[in-house]
Amino acid sequence: MAMAALRREGRRFAAPLISNNPINPFRSSFAPAEEQALLGVRSISTQIVRNRMRSVKNIQKITKAMKMVAASKLRAIQTRAENSRGLWQPFTALLGDTPSVDVKKNVIVTITSDKGLCGGINSTSVKISRGLRKLNSGPDQESKYVILGEKAKAQLVRDSKKHIELIITELQKNPLNYTQVSVLADDILKNVEYDALRIVFNKFQSVVSFLPTTATVLSPEVVEREAESGGKLGELDSYEIEGGETKSEVLQNLTEFQFSCVMFNAVLENACSEQGARMSAMDSSSRNAGDMLDRLTLAYNRTRQASITTELIEIISGASALQG
Amino acid sequence: MTPRPPTPSTIPSKLTVNLVLPYDSLLSAKEVDMVIVPATTGQMGVLPGHVATIAELKPGVLTVHEGNEVKKYFLSSGFAFIHANSVADIMAVEATPLDQIDSSLVQKGLTEFTQKLNAASTDVEKAEAQIGVDVHSALNAALTG
Repeated sequence: MAMAALRREGRRFAAPLISNNPINPFRSSFAPAEEQALLGVRSISTQIVRNRMRSVKNIQKITKAMKMVAASKLRAIQTRAENSRGLWQPFTALLGDTPSVDVKKNVIVTITSDKGLCGGINSTSVKISRGLRKLNSGPDQESKYVILGEKAKAQLVRDSKKHIELIITELQKNPLNYTQVSVLADDILKNVEYDALRIVFNKFQSVVSFLPTTATVLSPEVVEREAESGGKLGELDSYEIEGGETKSEVLQNLTEFQFSCVMFNAVLENACSEQGARMSAMDSSSRNAGDMLDRLTLAYNRTRQASITTELIEIISGASALQG
Repeated sequence: MTPRPPTPSTIPSKLTVNLVLPYDSLLSAKEVDMVIVPATTGQMGVLPGHVATIAELKPGVLTVHEGNEVKKYFLSSGFAFIHANSVADIMAVEATPLDQIDSSLVQKGLTEFTQKLNAASTDVEKAEAQIGVDVHSALNAALTG
């Protein structure tokens, strides 16, 4: 009867089973929550636990959905990124990869995502950009940033505001294509003076592994200088030039084309890495939510069983008090 | 990236061709006998053992000769590198096989851009219209020639 009355009222009480006070059956049956607080709360009310469980379950559902979305976006963009890998290889075969080149004007192009919840890839890119800047800071050397993506903007605006030349966001509003990237590359080349462009991005190796990479594109004057001094570009002079009035004109077109090709690949690879990182971040998030849900379920059951036990004890001790 | 083979001492028998576009590699490490690229200075034939060259390309037809078969692609400009080890890299922004081009659309485009060129006032407009005329006349020549 007492139990039925309690249920109608919709009250749940935690069982002070391990409390030092002797259980006063009448008092604890109708004790409101505040009295429990006065006694010293040893366990939580089941209502609170149930609320927490509901919200954790919702979060788990949301992160699972986000993982599926990221997986489907990754599938779509992965083939395009892999197909674009052949585009920059001829340039590297001709001009080599010279990240250690010593130039006066460095421009660091940092490629990051606009949206968050994608693990640590954006922070790694920004860390590397900062590192490159420190590496290339000398008496007459200067480095500037060109930022692609909101995440790098948020991090770099804080401490390097006066070194930022250009900020471009909302790159992925329309699906990535070469025309858009070449217009972007054209913008950068027109507005920024450079001797070497260093593009920092995350190369997509597999769904769980992303390599922070930097690709170096030299300006035509630096290419000529390096070709004359020998070394990696030393063989460039042995190539005949077809087309164009002068060698420097062809070299200029060449480096501009190289920049747009490398940018296209870099942007695609970074987009793939972003989706892959988001997949694994959301996956670990749903797993954590599942673990938390398990723990909460155990706590809830313990609480519920303890309160049932308390009710039984109250009833039985009440009955035995009446008898004896 | 796979490393390139070193320059051999004798002229190899075949030319290795890589034709890459932003969204695909149409030919990768294909062994052929000869390719003819549309350089800005005219059609250039490339055989194995060709001298190392960097060629700027204009819109035109790329012909690939492999044994008895001849494949033609229309390229929108790009670059071609011919290395001393008989590897030819051709980078273009677009390349389509000739049989996929609709000649009526080509004619329409040509007349449209010629009109635009005549009506153009600023340098930018003139340049854009000129590019359109060049590409369409090259397409036309490719389909008819």
